[in-house]
Amino acid sequence: MEESVSSALPLFAVGVSLAAVPLILWSRGRPNLREFWTLAAAFAKALIVLALLPEVLAGRTVECRLLEISPEIALHLKADPVGMVFALVSSSLWILTSFYSIGYVRGAGEKSQTRYFASFAVCLSATLGIAFSANLLTFLIFYEILSIATYPLVIHKETAEALRSGRQYLVYALSAGVVLIAAVAWTYNLSGTLDFRPGGLLADRAFEAADLRVLFLLFIAGVGVKAGIMPLQSWLPAAMVAPTPVSALLHAVAVVKSGVFGVIRVVGFVFGPSLMKTHGLDAILAAFAGATILFASLIALRQDNLKIRLAYSTIGHLSYIVLGMAMLVPEAFSGGLLHLAAHATTKIALFFCAGAIYVNLHKTEVSQLNGIGRVMPWTMSAFAVGAMGLSGLPPVNAFFSKYALCLGTVEAGRLPALAVLLMSGLLNAAYLLPIVHRAFFRHGGRELEGHGEASAWMVVPLCVAAALSLLLGFRPNALVHLFDLVLLGTRAVFPESVPFAGGGP
Amino acid sequence: MIDLIRGHYVYFFLAGLFLIGLYAIMFKGNLMKKIIGMSIMQSSVILFYVSSAYKDGGTVPVLDPRRGVENPDLYLNPLPHCLMLTAIVVAVVTLGVSFAMIIDIYRNYETIEEPLLLERLKDEA
Amino acid sequence: MIGPQICMLIPVVYLFGALLVPLIGWRRGAAGWGMALAAAAGAFFFSLGGLAGVLQRGSLSYHLGGWMPPIGIEFVMDPLSAFLEVVITGIGLLAVVYTRRSVEHEIPDRLMPFSSLALLVLTGLSGMVITGDLFNLYVFLEISALAGYALIAVGERPASYAAFRYLGMGTVGASFYLLGLAFLYMTLGTLNMADLSRMLAVTDVSATVAVGLLLLFMGAALKMALFPMHGWLPDAYTHASSAATALIAPIGTKVAGYILIRVLLYLLGAGEKGSGLPLLSLLAYLGAAAVIYGSILAVCQSELKRMLAYSSIAQVGYIAIGVGLNSALGFTGAVLHILNHACMKASLFFVSGGLRLRLGHSRIPRFTNALRRAMPWSSAAFALAALSMIGLPPTAGFFSKWYLALGAIEQSRWLFLGVLLFSSLLNAVYFFRVLERMYLDRPGIEPAERPTSVARHEAPPAMLLPAVALSSALLVIGLGNTWIVDRLIGPMIPGGM
Repeated sequence: MEESVSSALPLFAVGVSLAAVPLILWSRGRPNLREFWTLAAAFAKALIVLALLPEVLAGRTVECRLLEISPEIALHLKADPVGMVFALVSSSLWILTSFYSIGYVRGAGEKSQTRYFASFAVCLSATLGIAFSANLLTFLIFYEILSIATYPLVIHKETAEALRSGRQYLVYALSAGVVLIAAVAWTYNLSGTLDFRPGGLLADRAFEAADLRVLFLLFIAGVGVKAGIMPLQSWLPAAMVAPTPVSALLHAVAVVKSGVFGVIRVVGFVFGPSLMKTHGLDAILAAFAGATILFASLIALRQDNLKIRLAYSTIGHLSYIVLGMAMLVPEAFSGGLLHLAAHATTKIALFFCAGAIYVNLHKTEVSQLNGIGRVMPWTMSAFAVGAMGLSGLPPVNAFFSKYALCLGTVEAGRLPALAVLLMSGLLNAAYLLPIVHRAFFRHGGRELEGHGEASAWMVVPLCVAAALSLLLGFRPNALVHLFDLVLLGTRAVFPESVPFAGGGP
Repeated sequence: MIDLIRGHYVYFFLAGLFLIGLYAIMFKGNLMKKIIGMSIMQSSVILFYVSSAYKDGGTVPVLDPRRGVENPDLYLNPLPHCLMLTAIVVAVVTLGVSFAMIIDIYRNYETIEEPLLLERLKDEA
Repeated sequence: MIGPQICMLIPVVYLFGALLVPLIGWRRGAAGWGMALAAAAGAFFFSLGGLAGVLQRGSLSYHLGGWMPPIGIEFVMDPLSAFLEVVITGIGLLAVVYTRRSVEHEIPDRLMPFSSLALLVLTGLSGMVITGDLFNLYVFLEISALAGYALIAVGERPASYAAFRYLGMGTVGASFYLLGLAFLYMTLGTLNMADLSRMLAVTDVSATVAVGLLLLFMGAALKMALFPMHGWLPDAYTHASSAATALIAPIGTKVAGYILIRVLLYLLGAGEKGSGLPLLSLLAYLGAAAVIYGSILAVCQSELKRMLAYSSIAQVGYIAIGVGLNSALGFTGAVLHILNHACMKASLFFVSGGLRLRLGHSRIPRFTNALRRAMPWSSAAFALAALSMIGLPPTAGFFSKWYLALGAIEQSRWLFLGVLLFSSLLNAVYFFRVLERMYLDRPGIEPAERPTSVARHEAPPAMLLPAVALSSALLVIGLGNTWIVDRLIGPMIPGGM
């Protein structure tokens, strides 16, 4: 049985950005003060999460049990290794995004900046809440808060298109929410508990196969909307109408990863690998994920709008993680967790680049990007790093997560999945690397003359994101012991196994 | 069958009365007729209570020295009557309130015929 | 020291308040309103005391005039009635606070009679919940209904006709109730609820009793505007003055629902004794139909108050489903939803009245985002209550749905689960339609036509604070729902569940 420590730190980690919301609203007349609160909350949040790290690395979970919200089910936060991976990724990238946001919204002259920063803070609270949820009801609550808090960001521009996308987003997110409510309530009815348990809270009970299959589909539909599993993905490209930092943090890291994280929780902590295997649920999940990877990559090839292309790329990469979960072997599970982090750093770098290009040169289409590498060398170098990572080229961190995923597919004996991964690697290269080529090796038009890099507020964060991707590629354990965390999390779910026995990345 | 009707004809009569009242409330176009229906319906319920308290050979529940107190069958049950006094008051008040409303409707729309009234309401909206 | 007299005090305080208001407010309406406020506050205080007493010592019972039940009338405060009493008096107090500015604006010079009638409505509603005698319940029902007709009739021009229809339907409902009661009384010979439930426990349900129960059911269903007997409700709520709607809508129909809970679950026993008479299933199916019907029609409305009225029809359906599930979880959900919906709907109607005061209308297509800048607090209260209506956690609305969903799943009644969840989405449709207009720019308007600066023009504090208080309460109720469920609802779950 895992040891656990009681502490209020998880609550603070969740609450600190929520506490910043009134301050942000209160200082709406003074932009500098307002942005100060955002930054302060971002740093505080990251520090609190870091403070949790030693305990978790030592194999103990940090718990914070709050009031009961339904008889015998408490609002319960718990920092376990898997949750820590997600929390570290999202809280550290929020710092980058905050700096970047300041540069972006001021550079692009966005309106309603107060609402923007306030919603962002709420979103981050909800994300950390999702990461630290110790039971399904807590998860559900933060999941719904996240759905609602993202809405103001999606419709931020308040154009007809933004409103339409916002409505579409709401329909998807709220439908997913009610499906999830049904799934959670049913789980409670079946098992009498909602506490996540490594290896599955449903694992040691006998069920009717048909019931279990329906329940699993309900769960996957509930979390799959945010995870962009086809055919539930169409809100995501539409939501690209939002300002770029929103796309970067929420639609590459926080919101969509919450969905993926939900899949991880469902597979590893609700159903559990053994139950999944006995009832053939892994095949269902793998089929959806594999199809999503291929289709998304193919669609991405045909997009000219840079952000939409990145959105489809995101859909594909989210399903990498889902596919990893569906393999039900430790290597693939670790690979999925690693990819959660790796895709976050690389994709956020790519989105930051797209935003910098838009603010600086007002270009949104891939076909307009000829020669901009000479104007914005730092930005496009960072873009190149991200593109290489997502295409699966070493030494960027996404290479290793893909490698682990491939190992897992072999281990699981699922060669079609391996084929999907390799093929999509090629497709990724096909839709990302030509952009780099355009930027550096083609000549740009006249309108580029006289332009330089975007403001340092934007260029520094995107370079940091790219540098992080490289650093984590060379040293997966650098800075925050991410790799150890992943191994700890994997061992919890697969107690008998030793992942990467033959030497990991 | 005949016995059923003969033994309970007051109930059939009251049920008929109730339905007549209900019919008027639902389907009559004139608001005043609706109120009449309402009154008929309430009366039928009141009569129903009162008839339920009736006993052959019983009398008002006031102590009668010739009848004594030993046999309660000789007296009617007073409770339904008391209840219906309240119900009658309620019915009267309902009538009063509904008259006030009809007057107000007539002042505003100069009709108490429902089809006409609905037309004018529609015009207004 | 809380004695059983406290049961009596609540309706009596209201009643005497209603009588004193005209005396005190004869010259100055405001003074009468002050009296009404004092009475409402007093009743709220007593109901809190009653709830505390019930929690400490179990049910309280007061024998009117010293007559022993079942001969005399008994006032009973058991956990259910104490809980509802707090809901009624609490909403009543806030509604009276709200009344003054709203009535002065919408129906000038009517403050004194309005206050008096409002107290009479509250007398009836609180009396219905607290009495232990079924005929006495009828009397209170008519007191609240008659005062309610009058309150509703004083509003916009079509209000008197809407109120007349309400009166017609209400009288039919009350007559059904009275007739049903006659059947029960003729067979069982008592009107006292406790006595009646003891008798029903040992006897079989005869045909006469069954007919009586069916008539009671129909009467109560008409009063609670259960689909398809809801026809009177939308017009009445739309055309009445905002203050009247805000008083009647949150609690009026619920108290009729209370009759059903009392009769079907307590008197008859939760095991559904009248098995030949599946009233509970009927209730649940009608509730499901009401939820769908009300939600769909709410989506179609362009007038805010009318939309809220249709939403009320739907929400009553939730309560009906919960009661009809005939299980502890369903019952918990239903009772919790009575509280939640009272808070949400009161807050929403409070805000819509504030909009009428400041904008002069409450038509959804004419809302703009100037509203958010002019009335930020009202908009925020509305948004929070709307999110709760949709059922998003951690607001209160989520948790009543959660218990109802658990109850539906427990019995594998997938239809009800589907209805509950689908209606959440419909609620989202009609509330986000409003929120979008309230908070966002309307595309298609030239920037030049947009109001650049909007002066702050918030509703007056007396109208704003009740709405804000209730909306904030939704978060508190949501997070503290376990306390309510364990401590307050737990003891009232009928035996046999």
